[in-house]
Amino acid sequence: MELEHVLARAKLVSEEAEAFSVSRTETEALFQANRLKLVQTKETSGMALRLIKEGRIGFSASTKPDEGQLVAMALEAAPFGAQAKFQFPGIESYPKIEVYDPQAEVMSEEEMVELGQSLIDELRGHTPELVCEAAVIRNTTSVEILNSRGGKAAYTKSAFVIGVEGVLIRGTDMLFVGDSECSCHPLSDISAVIESARRQLDWAKDTVPAPTGHLPVLFTPHGVASALITPLTLACNGKMVFQGASPLGDKKGKQVLHPKLSIWDDATIEYRPESRCCDDEGVPSQRIPLIRDGVVLSFLYDLQTAGLAGTESTGSASRALGSLPAPAISSLIIEAGEAEFEDMLAEIKEGLVIEQLIGASQGNVLGGEFSGNVLLGYKVEKGRIVGRVKDTMISGNVYELLKEGIALGSKPRWVGSSLLTPPILCPKVAVAAKG
Amino acid sequence: MREQLASALTDHDADYIEIRIEEAEATRIQYRGQELEDIGSTTSLGGNVRALVKGGWGFVSFNDLSRLRDKVELAVRQARLVGREESKLAPIDPVFDIVQPEVKKDPAAVPLEQKKKLLDEYNDIIWARPKIQTSTITYADGRKRVIFANSAGSYIEQPRVDLSARIIAVARDGDDVQQASLSLGSNGDFGFIENLHQQVAELAQRAVSLLSAPYVKGGQYTVVLDPVLAGVFAHEAFGHLSESDFVYENERLRELMVLGRRFGGKQLNIVDGAAISGLRGSYKYDEEGVPASKTYLIQEGVLVGRLHSRETAAKMGEKPTGNARALDYRYQPIVRMTNTYIEPGEVSFPDMVAEIKEGVYVKNWYGGMTSMEMFTFSAGEAYMIRNGSIAELLRPVVLSGNVFTTLQNIDAIGNDLEMNQGGGCGKGAQIPLPVSNGSPHIRIRNCLLGGR
Repeated sequence: MELEHVLARAKLVSEEAEAFSVSRTETEALFQANRLKLVQTKETSGMALRLIKEGRIGFSASTKPDEGQLVAMALEAAPFGAQAKFQFPGIESYPKIEVYDPQAEVMSEEEMVELGQSLIDELRGHTPELVCEAAVIRNTTSVEILNSRGGKAAYTKSAFVIGVEGVLIRGTDMLFVGDSECSCHPLSDISAVIESARRQLDWAKDTVPAPTGHLPVLFTPHGVASALITPLTLACNGKMVFQGASPLGDKKGKQVLHPKLSIWDDATIEYRPESRCCDDEGVPSQRIPLIRDGVVLSFLYDLQTAGLAGTESTGSASRALGSLPAPAISSLIIEAGEAEFEDMLAEIKEGLVIEQLIGASQGNVLGGEFSGNVLLGYKVEKGRIVGRVKDTMISGNVYELLKEGIALGSKPRWVGSSLLTPPILCPKVAVAAKG
Repeated sequence: MREQLASALTDHDADYIEIRIEEAEATRIQYRGQELEDIGSTTSLGGNVRALVKGGWGFVSFNDLSRLRDKVELAVRQARLVGREESKLAPIDPVFDIVQPEVKKDPAAVPLEQKKKLLDEYNDIIWARPKIQTSTITYADGRKRVIFANSAGSYIEQPRVDLSARIIAVARDGDDVQQASLSLGSNGDFGFIENLHQQVAELAQRAVSLLSAPYVKGGQYTVVLDPVLAGVFAHEAFGHLSESDFVYENERLRELMVLGRRFGGKQLNIVDGAAISGLRGSYKYDEEGVPASKTYLIQEGVLVGRLHSRETAAKMGEKPTGNARALDYRYQPIVRMTNTYIEPGEVSFPDMVAEIKEGVYVKNWYGGMTSMEMFTFSAGEAYMIRNGSIAELLRPVVLSGNVFTTLQNIDAIGNDLEMNQGGGCGKGAQIPLPVSNGSPHIRIRNCLLGGR
């Protein structure tokens, strides 16, 4: 199915049209119970069509090679569709952002298997009773966009992921440790992932009773990701803002967070898996300041949401094959501070270090709230980590927690593909533990 | 198609091979605020091959159905790279079956315009309430035909119909934003989402009421769970731990999950089964062509069974249960729940509450999550219980527990079983898989609640 053909057919029956295609090949070596379990290859390809007919949007998508049906389905939906509040972008000049490394495609399945096994062997070298899962994944994605205003964009991206997770079971007690890393380059150095997981094992060696009350909590970068990020990304989404459902929507130019906090969305960092020259509507990528020195500066928009809100697209459209584009973060960057991790720890008389929560984003995230069970966290006494805590919940509202008295670490790191953050210390967080 | 698959499957050096082909259509309608945001259809065609050689698996998925034989060869080659031992699969008889769809009110037969009109009515009800800031309504229905063939001679064609709706009302007062939601689903009956007008009105009212509700103080409480939330509890707190793929190759977990271990009191019975018909997790054959069953996981408080794929059953020396499921053709089947519920007991809801001096009544779900030992589940609606009566509304609460103690702390099981079909279960990357959960009201002592 050729993009040009679909666009040509759609143009005959509508005012404006856009064809979008994505194809991806992925190879994965997956390990379970310390052993290689599965090697798999996934090839997906499909096309989506968006057309504007009598001012309304019709949309369809398919993985079947049937141009006629694609056009017919979009036409059928158009009379019910939303009013189009935008024009497709014409010819644009895109920033040059490297996201493809041919070397990532070269690594053989045998080499991937070897790399995965070394992740497990290295981690079990520290604690032989660990039962580990590991994954080594490489993929290549090609995106192509064509529209009736002459807009044209295409790029190919490579991505490589390594990850390991170990569980240590003693009696009915389970300890989960692990880390992962990703890049557009092939990864062969496993030392950072292993060092991080081994540190978790060291810190969690003993289990100690958890404190209860309002206590200082130091979120590691993983902890930041698991507790604080979902409410903020929702609040910065132009759709939420336009609906009036974002607590930040009417706060542009106002101080909402601590002056030390600056947050960006950045799709222009070279060789990061979430980077790209343009978004999924063909609007050029840029570095977007969301919050600077605690002041709300901008929100993320796609074309339609920007049109509704009377503003410009920020190049933040993201789409899965089967759905319309919507604003989304690419890579969220929280600017680092000046504090050393050890110095932040040293400040805590009694408190927690949080690495991972479960269930934190299942409450009223729209209102900024989180509440989760500490899957991996440690107790701090007199500036020292003394052991792991269990049967403990922490709760709070990100807009209150990130307002006063926070400290930001000097060493940021990537968590998953889309967050770069330092550790963050909050002085007073509600901690409830089973007595 | 049958001959095509059979010919692609023959003459490979593998212990077992299967092919799945899936053809699907889906319709979705989404409102954001008062505006209809997205309406339309998608179609897909895709397939996969899974091969087993010496205990190692290879898997290939694709949209391009040509050169099927090459794909089988690739999967076999990958499996060979993995395989180091003996292949073990629980034996099942080859099946030939063309399953006919059982739909009551087929969503595909309801015109788009009529679906839109119904959702318009619901949205109008929400917007009629003051202090409502916005709403989101998501509706989706899908149907697919799945063709399965394996190297042992099975050939099965199965239809799958699924429908889901989620309605969210958001209220706002200054900087305070609160939401209330309703999730529904069915395995193909559009009637399930008709006549929700009263429930939608209550939902909007609740979102507004939450603006003036207090936070619960974090700590341990006696809690009463309504059937919806208790169903989520059964799924999160215990269901996932009974999925054998977590257990079968982990010696310590096998010791922990040994059949006969006591998990709860005598009154506790937990069941899972796709053979229970008419629910969102119901089907005739699983993704490995194994007939669906009904499995007791806990009987009178004791672990008596677990959920299996053919491989986990063989490796644990137990019978396959027909619980190998895949989200779609892009994924390999893994062990999943289907329809999971706590069987009803004898205590009435008023009696359950009457004995509580200070506690919390929790209803409806936002979600739930488990790490096997620890789990959380969150309530969309919560009330204080004071001196035996339901008292003031609270802001939504998150409950947390430890599977090895919390099930023991269930001290009353109601007589009012209800199934909830609004959930979508996630495991690995495969989310949302249609499941249903259910329970009567239950009471749990010493349950940990997060709060201010």
